[in-house]
Amino acid sequence: MNIFVCIKQVPNTAKVKWDLERGTLIREGVESICNPFDLHAIEEALRVKERTGKGKVLVLTMGPPQAEEVLKEAISLGAEDGILISDRAFAGADTLATSYTLSKAIEKIGNPWIIFTGKQAIDGDTAQVGPELAAMLKIPQVTYVRKIVEINENNAVMERLTDYGYDVVETSLPAVLTVVKEINEPRLPSLRGKMKARTFKPVVFTPRDLDVDESRIGLQGSPTSVKKVFQPEMKKGGEKFEGSAEELALILVEKLKELRVI
Amino acid sequence: MKYFLSEEELMVKELAHRIAEEKIIPVRQKYDEEEIFPHDIVKIMAESDLFRVFIPEEYGGLGAKIFPMVLAVEELSWGCGGIALAYAGTALGAFPIILFGSEEQKSKYLPKIAEGTLAAFALTEAEAGSDAANIKTRAEKDGDYYILNGTKQFITNAGEADIYTVIALTDPNKGARGATAFILEKGMEGLEFGKKENKMGIRASVTREVIMKNVRVHKSQVLGKEGRGFIVAMKTFDHTRPGVAAQALGIAQAALDAAVKYANQRYQFGKPIASFQAIQHMIADMGTKVEATRALIYSVARAIDAGFTSPKESAMTKVFASDVAMEVTTNAVQIFGGYGYMKEYPVEKMMRDAKITQIYEGTNQILRNVIASRIIKEAK
Ligand SMILES: Cc1cc2nc3c(=O)[nH]c(=O)nc-3n(C[C@H](O)[C@H](O)[C@H](O)COP(=O)(O)OP(=O)(O)OC[C@H]3O[C@@H](n4cnc5c(N)ncnc54)[C@H](O)[C@@H]3O)c2cc1C
Repeated sequence: MNIFVCIKQVPNTAKVKWDLERGTLIREGVESICNPFDLHAIEEALRVKERTGKGKVLVLTMGPPQAEEVLKEAISLGAEDGILISDRAFAGADTLATSYTLSKAIEKIGNPWIIFTGKQAIDGDTAQVGPELAAMLKIPQVTYVRKIVEINENNAVMERLTDYGYDVVETSLPAVLTVVKEINEPRLPSLRGKMKARTFKPVVFTPRDLDVDESRIGLQGSPTSVKKVFQPEMKKGGEKFEGSAEELALILVEKLKELRVI
Repeated sequence: MKYFLSEEELMVKELAHRIAEEKIIPVRQKYDEEEIFPHDIVKIMAESDLFRVFIPEEYGGLGAKIFPMVLAVEELSWGCGGIALAYAGTALGAFPIILFGSEEQKSKYLPKIAEGTLAAFALTEAEAGSDAANIKTRAEKDGDYYILNGTKQFITNAGEADIYTVIALTDPNKGARGATAFILEKGMEGLEFGKKENKMGIRASVTREVIMKNVRVHKSQVLGKEGRGFIVAMKTFDHTRPGVAAQALGIAQAALDAAVKYANQRYQFGKPIASFQAIQHMIADMGTKVEATRALIYSVARAIDAGFTSPKESAMTKVFASDVAMEVTTNAVQIFGGYGYMKEYPVEKMMRDAKITQIYEGTNQILRNVIASRIIKEAK
């Protein structure tokens, strides 16, 4: 039984700057990191394995050759193996082409028990790959998982985060679970893991290794096109007043008058 | 300054630094104030394999080296000297077994320590501090067993550790030559612990008495040979004093970092205080001394790993580093001015934590005696 974790290398958006004229991200010189939500996905995969004593944790990423780094990071945390899906033909993929490609890789390796992903990637923020992956594989999906309450080979009960609280959901397995950061606190790597990662070389899948329809991968297989990227205007911070209750009441009345509210 | 660390050494340093930054610094003030023993952080250190670096490979370790242990202690102490001591104190408890343990003892205890079981080392007694040869704890032979009686004082990790190296007299008439080292385990009948000492600094570390009331210990628990207890202790210190020095170094580096940051932010007379030459010269001296300390410790640690051990050089690392730590932390408080005296800022704690490094594992006075006697002897 395999516990797959689909992860993505992303620019550290906390440090990314905008080219305001062109409306694009300035990616040069920005370090690449593992999508933070995916670290929670890796952690949960490791915990499921530790808690049940079952499953093999396999991490999967589609990206350029240097995306190998996130697989190494996963290995240093305790993942057993990593697969890099990498080829020019995969480049320019939107979420549809990405989930199609990932589903083909998972089918090829086979025997899925659980497929974890982070709830979304911090560069695109779509949160689509997880659900699309479930659709492609024709298996159930549970998104925004914040806790796995029970799990065995065939079923899992979990809590999924909602705007108003949480739902308790039961699903048959295999299923795709996308996780939120509330689910766990990712561990730090171990020295032995880091040493393993140092010499680790991932298996690389190209279109020829996967049974893919070439028209459904990469740019060709991507119906989405980005029309415009822009930075929304930042909300300005309010004005702050200090004083006694009476003073503040007077200021408030003045301000409301100014704005012709009263 | 570049020390050309190997890839593995860098890994240890970076990982320990990350633990300090992400896990230790957020809790250090609370653990200090409330005297909380850091079991949670110990677990993280263990899961990160930090305990393995000083354990031989055959016993679940990564190579029984002093240098990576020193790097780990330095970085953890950069976060908190008290929390780091749970780790460093365990190394002190483990080295007698690493250096003198039988095959059986090593395979029994070292794999556990590699996984994060804590250890302790008990030599000091109420009447035997600097004068360690004056210990009174007795180990009387009874067939295949020894019966231990006595009280050890100021023992780091006592009560929290599972494995103890204890020095006791098997032959009181022979003085220092009548001492023997034993491995004791928590849970043995008659092995008890005193109350937790209320300390000036390193308050997240525990210091307790180890009280032995007719503790029956099988002879297989003797470390090395009977009568070799002080040799075990002294050889152990030769390996662990650079660790205490690294604790001092980490604390000093943290105080320097905090002081420089503050000096850039604090404005007086319309300028950052870092622009005043009086402050700059303090920073220059602090930085120079911290770097000299690091260079000394690293080279001694590397020499030990290459097979050269000397009481003199090990003592030098501890004396120098701890004096530097005391000076640098005191000056960091000075640079912070009144704010440095307040608990909201981290430097007063660093000053309190630094003090112990001049006292334990041989006071600096005693170690100066050791250093001087060697230097004078070498010159003859
Ligand atoms: C927090 C803490 C943790 C400790 N952890 C451990 C531990 O894990 N295991 C352990 O065995 N011990 C431990 N100790 C004990 C520590 O090693 C001793 O406190 C230390 O060796 C000094 O002994 P003392 O306190 O009896 O001081 P004393 O020996 O009474 O010394 C008092 C003063 O006299 C000076 N002095 C004494 N003799 C001479 C001399 N001949 N020449 C010049 N000056 C001299 C000393 O330098 C010191 O300044 C710990 C102590 C503390 C405070």
